[in-house]
Amino acid sequence: MVLDHRFHATDAIRSTLSIVVDPIRYVVNLPTDIKNWAAGSLVSHTTLEDENQTLKTQNQLLKAKLQKYASLKAENANLRGLLKSAKKYEDKLEQVLIAEILSVDLDPFRRKVVINKGSSHDVYIGQPIIGAQGVMGKIIHIGPLSSTALMITDANHSIPVQVNRNNVRAIAMGIPKNNQLELIHQPNNADIKVDDLLVTSGLGCIFPGGYPVGRVTDITTNLSLPFAKIIVQPTAQLDKNREVLLVWPDFGGNKQSDCRGPEEDS
Amino acid sequence: MAVAQRQGGLIIILSFVVALMLSIIDLPNWAEEIRPQWVVLVLIYWSMALPQRISVGTGWVMGLLLDVTNSAILGQNALALAFIAFLTAHLHQRLRVFPFWQQAIVIFVFCIIFNLIVLWIKGISGSAPNVWLIITPSFTSAIFWPLVFISLRRIRRSYHVK
Repeated sequence: MVLDHRFHATDAIRSTLSIVVDPIRYVVNLPTDIKNWAAGSLVSHTTLEDENQTLKTQNQLLKAKLQKYASLKAENANLRGLLKSAKKYEDKLEQVLIAEILSVDLDPFRRKVVINKGSSHDVYIGQPIIGAQGVMGKIIHIGPLSSTALMITDANHSIPVQVNRNNVRAIAMGIPKNNQLELIHQPNNADIKVDDLLVTSGLGCIFPGGYPVGRVTDITTNLSLPFAKIIVQPTAQLDKNREVLLVWPDFGGNKQSDCRGPEEDS
Repeated sequence: MAVAQRQGGLIIILSFVVALMLSIIDLPNWAEEIRPQWVVLVLIYWSMALPQRISVGTGWVMGLLLDVTNSAILGQNALALAFIAFLTAHLHQRLRVFPFWQQAIVIFVFCIIFNLIVLWIKGISGSAPNVWLIITPSFTSAIFWPLVFISLRRIRRSYHVK
C-alpha cells in the first residue's frame, strides 16, 4: 500500500487487474447508454428541428466571436512586438479527444470519475481533462480501455491558478464537501476580490494556461489568522457533464518530464 | 476431512461479479451514502457456507478487484476483506446456527470492522473522510443481509455448490 501510495510502483498490477474490471464497468454503464440511445432515437421530428435551429444560431454566434478573437490576437501580437516582449504569443492548437464519463460510482469520500478512454487512446497519467465551462481534473490511473480522473474539488488535488484581472498567482485546493475550492496561503491583503475569475496559470506543466477554473465566491479575512480564507466555485459543472475533453497540452519548449507537477496522489 | 467434490465455482464467481457491479452502479447522492456493501455481504455468506473453500485468499483477491474498481489505494479493501473472511471462517459454526436477526447484528459489527480498517488506511494516506459514513452503510448492509442470505442459499442449493 505504501508502494502504491507513495511511489506508484503498482501501476502495472493495477492496469492488469483493470482488464478484469473494465468489462464490469462497461456493463454497469450499459443501462445509461441504452437510456441515452433511446432518448436520442425516440425524439420527434420537431424537437430535432428546433435543436438544429438552436445549434445553428449558436454556431453563428460562436463564429462571430471567433472573428473578434482573430483580430484581438493580431492586435495582441502587434502590441507585444512593439513592447519587444519576451513572451511570444503562440497560437497553438492543443490536441483534444472527447471522452465520456461512465456512470459508475466510486468511493463516496473522494471526487473521482471513470472515463471511457484508456492507454489504447494514448491517455497518460497526469493528463488534464476539461469540460465546456472549465477545467475538471486530471488522469490518475489508466487501464487499457478506461481511466480514472481526479476532480479539482478532491481534497488531494491542487491546481496552480492566477486571477484573470491582475495575474495574482495562487494555488487552489479542493474542498470535496461542498464541491468547491480554496485558495491557500493567500495573505489577508491579497488583491483578490469576490467574483474574480481564476484561470490556470500553466505553471507546474500539468494544465495548459488560460483555461477558466472558477470564480471567487467568498473571502473571509480574520486578522488573527495568517492567511485569508478564499472560497472558489468551479466554473465547470463537475457533477453534470457527461462529456469531457482530454487535452494533450503543449508547453512550448518544456517537456512534461522537465518539471514536476503539483503534489498528487491517489 | 475427506476432500469434498468441488463444484459450482462459476456460480461463486458470478455472485462476486454481480456484487462488484452493484457496488459501483450509479445511485443518486443520498443513496450513495447508504449503499450496502455487497461484496462484503457475499464474501461473508460464502465463507460462512463454504469456509474450506472461500476464505482469506478469496477475500484478498476480491479486495484487490474492489480496489481497482473503486480506484482506491491498492490493498486497502484487500486487507479489510481478508480480515473479515478470516473472522467469518473462524466463527462460521457459531454464525450458522444464529437466527437471521442475530446474524444481522453480527454482520453489522463485521461491516463496522471492515469500514474501520478502510477508514484507518484512508486516514494514514491523507484523505479525511466523514466518520459518520462508516455507520450508515454498515446499517443498510445488516438490513439487506437476510435478502442476500436467502437468495444465495437458494442459489447454492439449487446449483449444488459445494
